[in-house]
Amino acid sequence: MGAAPEAGIRFDEVSVAYGRHGGNTVLDSFSLTVEPGEVMALLGPSGSGKTTALRTVAGFVRPVSGRVLIGGRDVTGLPPYRRGIGMVVQQYALFPHMKVAENVAFGLRAQKVPRAEIAGRVAEALEMTGMATYAGRHPRELSGGQQQRVAIARALAIRPGVLLLDEPLSALDAQLRSGMLAELARLHRELPDVTILYVTHDQVEALTLADRIAVLDKARLRDCGTPQQLYRRPRTAFTASFVGSANLLPVTVAGDGVRFAGRALTVPVAGVAEGATATLCIRPHLVGLGESPAGDGNTLRGRITEVQWRGSTHRLQVDVDGHRIIADLRELRETPALGEEIALHFAPEDGVLIPEGIGGDGTYEGGAGGVGALGNGAAEEGTRGWGAGGQWTGKQEAGRAGLSGTGSRHG
Amino acid sequence: MASPQTGRATVPNPARSSRSRAARRTLWALPPVAALALVFLYPLALVVRQSFTPEDGGPSTASYAPYATVLAEASFREALTNTVLTAVGATVGALLLGLALALVIAFVPFPGGKALSRFTDLFLAFPSFLITLALLFLYGTVGVANGLWTDVTGAASGPLNFLHTPWGVLLAEVTYFTPFVMRPLLAAFSQVETGQLEAAASLGARPWRIVRAVILPEALPSLAAGGALVLVLCLNEFGIVLFTGAKDVVTLPVLVYSKAILDGDYTGACVVAVLNIALSVALYALYRAVASRTSAGSPSRTPSRTGGEPRRAGA
Repeated sequence: MGAAPEAGIRFDEVSVAYGRHGGNTVLDSFSLTVEPGEVMALLGPSGSGKTTALRTVAGFVRPVSGRVLIGGRDVTGLPPYRRGIGMVVQQYALFPHMKVAENVAFGLRAQKVPRAEIAGRVAEALEMTGMATYAGRHPRELSGGQQQRVAIARALAIRPGVLLLDEPLSALDAQLRSGMLAELARLHRELPDVTILYVTHDQVEALTLADRIAVLDKARLRDCGTPQQLYRRPRTAFTASFVGSANLLPVTVAGDGVRFAGRALTVPVAGVAEGATATLCIRPHLVGLGESPAGDGNTLRGRITEVQWRGSTHRLQVDVDGHRIIADLRELRETPALGEEIALHFAPEDGVLIPEGIGGDGTYEGGAGGVGALGNGAAEEGTRGWGAGGQWTGKQEAGRAGLSGTGSRHG
Repeated sequence: MASPQTGRATVPNPARSSRSRAARRTLWALPPVAALALVFLYPLALVVRQSFTPEDGGPSTASYAPYATVLAEASFREALTNTVLTAVGATVGALLLGLALALVIAFVPFPGGKALSRFTDLFLAFPSFLITLALLFLYGTVGVANGLWTDVTGAASGPLNFLHTPWGVLLAEVTYFTPFVMRPLLAAFSQVETGQLEAAASLGARPWRIVRAVILPEALPSLAAGGALVLVLCLNEFGIVLFTGAKDVVTLPVLVYSKAILDGDYTGACVVAVLNIALSVALYALYRAVASRTSAGSPSRTPSRTGGEPRRAGA
């Protein structure tokens, strides 16, 4: 068997509704293109429609309208077993009566892979996920992290073109989650041809793993872009608040800057009309303590309403003319007192102006297709992959090195 | 606490307190044991004693002669064969039908599925003769099916005339005992994680493979439990056989009835009853032995999910 077929995913105006007469719309006119080999994170709060979108790709949810395409082929009407995808879910869903190796071999047997080939492919998949030594155990004899590795090995063993990950790390504790995150990043570096759709409500997972992030809310796509684009230049207030934390200030465009609570602030306003109302987004970690050293007027005075010590940082909540400003500051030598009046500042380039109306109606008007600025990158030299002869051609990872947090974002 | 004589602290005697706890436990166990002995064990003991008492002997002359007599009778051997064949046949039928129905109810969403599942519970409360009566109305000589046939074809009689044969008994027992298989199966199926079924489907498994490789292995203990229950119940079933009036189907319970009520042979009836009980208990013991061996080798249904240490040392 050859390498995994390159397969992108395309949602074409997909709508899903439940209930009598389809009254409860859980995914509304969802359009998105995931390029072959890309890691796309679907990020959103509970009930935003992200898992529904993933399940339409898997074939467990039938859209009331629209199409789902995998590798250019319309799979909307195909049953799940004919879609050729791998899927990993939050609760692992391992078969408890089967040993690890039997779990991993399940898909190969289902797809009638020749018996002689199965053992080798099971061993490869288990080696890839660092579970080769656990092949003879039952799932109940494994920790949560190990079970999740087996679930990933089982999904990868069939060499899918598309891998669906539905909140795969949610059931793990924080430490294991961090390790598995690095492990997933490593796996994707080793399998650059596999397209991954990754559903999560955890922005850290999305920012760490994804080439692009699609932000969903209330059954609709709100924004889509690279993690850097969404974090540094959010297009909507929802994106700004959901991808990282943000200070969102109501402002009016005036001259070369904006007016906020009666004071002028200098921020880039290109493309926004004079006098227009907008939202100014400033990331808490870009807010500094004291007067603006540049003398650009971006100084905000207020009273401290909350002080939180977070180890390496202090988080201050400051009331500025009735607006709450959050500042994440490197640990302060002297903790400021509650009620103390202080000055905060930010650099003009750190303020992002979000014009009113963008995404306000729940509609994302940007392009949903294409590869983000980071692209997919070429496969790194020496990376592993399925060889032309169907053999796993990579180097063996040294022990559990992949868990040591060395993984970085692909691209 | 200090002893007034010695001034030393009094150490509670562990052996005495253990004996006291044991005595209290025995005291609590006495009422249920006494009730069980009165309503069940004593009558059973009477039956067993009677089975060893020849009709012509006195009450003090215990003998194996009644067993030799009954075991030598052709009617007993025929009843034993009928009992085992009918019970095994009905059990296999109930297992197959119950499995199919439970799979449909549990995994194929359709309107009324939940109501059907609840009706299964209700069905368990029905008396067995009611099912036989219903079958008589449906498939009896003058039942609905034959009536439709004669109406449509103009024939004098319908083609269905099997209710008073062993097949009629088999049909009635399969119909009546199928819910006894479905109930534990439905409970087991409800425990199968949807995620497992979806994972199997996404890996390329078609529905039949999912049933065979994922669902059935997990439901096997429940299937075995249902089958064992039905087998034991069928071995002792009396109402259905009597109500169908199948002359060729004399089972062990019917033989007990025939000897005790019709022939007045109480010793013979007790012998057959004891042998019937022994057969049931032996099969039940066999089931327990197999079930305990199966469960000892089967994996837990609650795998560790939150990470941390594996359940087995060294994992």
